[in-house]
Amino acid sequence: MTAYAHDRVTVSSGGRGGPQKGLLRFLTCGSVDDGKSTLIGRLLYDTKLILEDQLAALKRDSRKHGTAGDDIDFALLVDGLEAEREQGITIDVAYRFFSTPRRAFIVADTPGHEQYTRNMATGASNSQAAVILIDARKGVLTQTRRHSYICSLLGIRHVVLAVNKIDLVDFSGERFHHIVGDYLGFAQALSFSSITPIPVSARYGDNVTTRSQRMCWYDGPTLIEHLEGLDASEGLDVKPFRFPVQWVNRPNLDFRGFSGTVASGAVRAGDRVVVAASGRETHVARIVTADGDLPEAHAGDAVTLTLSDEVDVARGDMLAEPQARPEVVDQFAAQVLWMIEEPMLPGRSYLMRIGTKFVPARVTSLKHKTDVNTLEHIAAKTLGLNEIGLCNLSTATPVAFDPYSENRETGSFVLIDRFTNATAGAGMIAFGLRRATNIHRQALLVDKTARTRLNGHRPAILWFTGLSGSGKSTIANIVERELHAHGAHTYMLDGDNVRHGLNRDLGFTDADRVENIRRVGEVARLFVDAGAIVLCSFISPFRAERRMVRELVDEGEFIEIHVDTPLEICKQRDPKGLYARALEGKIKNFTGIDSPYETPESPEIVVDTGEGSAEDAAARIVAALRARQIIA
Amino acid sequence: MTTGTQSRQTLSQHLKRLEAESIGIIREVAAEFRNPVMLYSIGKDSGVMLHLALKAFYPSKPPFPLLHIDTGWKFREMIRHRDWIAAHYGVRLLVHTNPEGVARGINPIASGSQLHTQVMKTEALKQALDKWEFDAAFGGARRDEEKSRAKERVFSFRSAGHVWDPRNQRPELWNLYNTRIAKGETIRVFPLSNWTELDIWQYTRAEQIPVVPLYFAAPRPVVERDGLLIMRDDDRMPLQAGEAEQVRVVRFRSLGCYPLSAAIESRAASLDDIIEEMLIARTSERSGRLIDSDEAASMEKKKREGYF
Repeated sequence: MTAYAHDRVTVSSGGRGGPQKGLLRFLTCGSVDDGKSTLIGRLLYDTKLILEDQLAALKRDSRKHGTAGDDIDFALLVDGLEAEREQGITIDVAYRFFSTPRRAFIVADTPGHEQYTRNMATGASNSQAAVILIDARKGVLTQTRRHSYICSLLGIRHVVLAVNKIDLVDFSGERFHHIVGDYLGFAQALSFSSITPIPVSARYGDNVTTRSQRMCWYDGPTLIEHLEGLDASEGLDVKPFRFPVQWVNRPNLDFRGFSGTVASGAVRAGDRVVVAASGRETHVARIVTADGDLPEAHAGDAVTLTLSDEVDVARGDMLAEPQARPEVVDQFAAQVLWMIEEPMLPGRSYLMRIGTKFVPARVTSLKHKTDVNTLEHIAAKTLGLNEIGLCNLSTATPVAFDPYSENRETGSFVLIDRFTNATAGAGMIAFGLRRATNIHRQALLVDKTARTRLNGHRPAILWFTGLSGSGKSTIANIVERELHAHGAHTYMLDGDNVRHGLNRDLGFTDADRVENIRRVGEVARLFVDAGAIVLCSFISPFRAERRMVRELVDEGEFIEIHVDTPLEICKQRDPKGLYARALEGKIKNFTGIDSPYETPESPEIVVDTGEGSAEDAAARIVAALRARQIIA
Repeated sequence: MTTGTQSRQTLSQHLKRLEAESIGIIREVAAEFRNPVMLYSIGKDSGVMLHLALKAFYPSKPPFPLLHIDTGWKFREMIRHRDWIAAHYGVRLLVHTNPEGVARGINPIASGSQLHTQVMKTEALKQALDKWEFDAAFGGARRDEEKSRAKERVFSFRSAGHVWDPRNQRPELWNLYNTRIAKGETIRVFPLSNWTELDIWQYTRAEQIPVVPLYFAAPRPVVERDGLLIMRDDDRMPLQAGEAEQVRVVRFRSLGCYPLSAAIESRAASLDDIIEEMLIARTSERSGRLIDSDEAASMEKKKREGYF
């Protein structure tokens, strides 16, 4: 194939062909009419990225849809989708490319409307800097604050404050300085490391790529000069080594490599590395690429590592530096941005993608949501579309991460709706929760076995379930009295009593009922861990909730006791008058009347108080506990 | 394929970074999808994409086949190149042509570019994806090509029936791609999203990737039609009244069906020349594509219907 032959040439770095400084990705944000698209169109035009045929189309379109009279409307070049051209707004993230002799740029053009916060966050997640536009006539607006907050939250450290339409305020330096003062006052609360204010006119090009002759009071850089020189590296290279394993490369039995992209830090052949989740240590044998083995690989490099030992590593695992390991926990706190219509519900299971790992996860609690306009914290039960809140999350298996503020690569995750597969939420991890960290890392000196030995009986949850009025509490009381008389350590958790304290913030919605049982289950588990026998008396009509508590403790520690009193007898007894009121329709969702009771499928013990006294039932339960060697 | 450390030295930081990002995307698909395929259109972008796939899985082979949608009207040199590439790299190549379109006699000259593209490219692609039950398909599209492409995701979700709804695309944050789909749904993946035309050529040069000779200037028989230079690759394209075939030194910036791909007059006979020419070019690469100027927002319409 001589047709393909050509001489090898060296690509010059610098000059028109190859930019000198690394690629800069930045986003532009501003409110609807601040002129974002015009600014980007201006950058493309001034850097000669608009070509003749595109310019011809642009002139044609400007007459048809434009708002700039006979001038070229640069916004039309940028607003890609048909619907946007008609509505005159930008509704999605568009990526634009341009370069100067000094640097190549990718711009994420993101919309200013409140309902599109998620698109702005999307653009910000992959950007190193932000250009925040302000209309010189309007000054700092609510939207300016919102955009700045989202940029800060997403980890952007460098901000350019482009005070646009400066021509419309007569190039007033006073006006400019007033706006800058306003902005700096507000932005102090955010975590930017540089804020660079520049007065510009995107429409006429002042201080965009060419220095304005109409603002002698301004002696700072033009926008493009500033962006060309900006050092926006995140220092990923000098952070601890992190390598999420993406794909196991196994062409034959003699080669087993782990392909992936170095998320941060560097690794050399021969370095010790640790599999984060298992703690297993090994060495890197080779760093394999199609261009030959490398002596070392750095953040951003896509390589294949082979290891010196046969360790268990799969997609989703993370290789890390043994002296600076990531946290490995199953519970952590994170800022979550919600991105779909269906609200985020604590307790619901989502699929989390973190690094290369997919793991079921749920939000265990929403601490507060943040008003993106005022930055105030607001108590909330759910997160709606475009809302941001600080959440505690729990994952089905432990995950390795670094806080987002330390490492954007290993501290971010998305949540996926398990039914629609929509990308539902984006998360930035704040910190691991200490309790989860302790369970995995700290072996306790006094454990459940030790306490059991001291107590002389085994711990257990005696879970009394049955209809209202079936006699659960009566029987449980007698059982506790008998156990106490035997010298057993006991405690009673009663449905009515916990609602006066621990659970007094909960109502009777389905979500609250589930949370009620979850908390009771967790408390019961602590008592079991302390070596006690804990008696729980709850209607708990649903199998799912009872199973949830059962799964919290070890095999044999959950004793389900079905107090199987027929509904008719319960109704006749009606000790609290509840059945009568439910039958009159005064109480909704009453178990046995208009809400089902799911009979236990295989309870450890069944008692029927219709056939005998509560004392008889209690005696049978105590005998059963003895048979199970809970008590001697 | 070019190997050895030599080629690394010639890659700028910028190209190295683009390469690594694309390799990451390609590996992600292999790890997450049951039956992926790489669309291979024979052009320069496909060449780069295939090269990246070969690098991504080294020392393994790419764990997916190539698919070429053959309209029957590609330049003969393109088909020769395609078959040589498949043999040279030892990759599995699938070729599909819409049999119904052939039976109906659809062609770019009599049927018009719009109908031809719809039937022989868009419909044909859907048929092929259904036939082999592919759940993910790589395409070589770049965001810098065209306005509606600028908003395309890297992992672009298609509902059952291959429909692209620009209003219902999944937000893409960081590099945490959502690869989850239900049965019947598919994903189009664009590993070259962040490359520009200049990046493609500079990378092709640095890595010595084979390209179709049509990209290089040579004397070729062309006719001038509506101000565009069309190369008569065979006698299926009749001359119209007043037209005469003439030999001019031309090359192509973008390759497709020969009656729909306009040539440009150029002396650029090597990759160096092409790159030099690009740096002073004043027209966009797709300006020679007849299908894009069919109607306003035509690319977006085609994409909604399932075009790549």
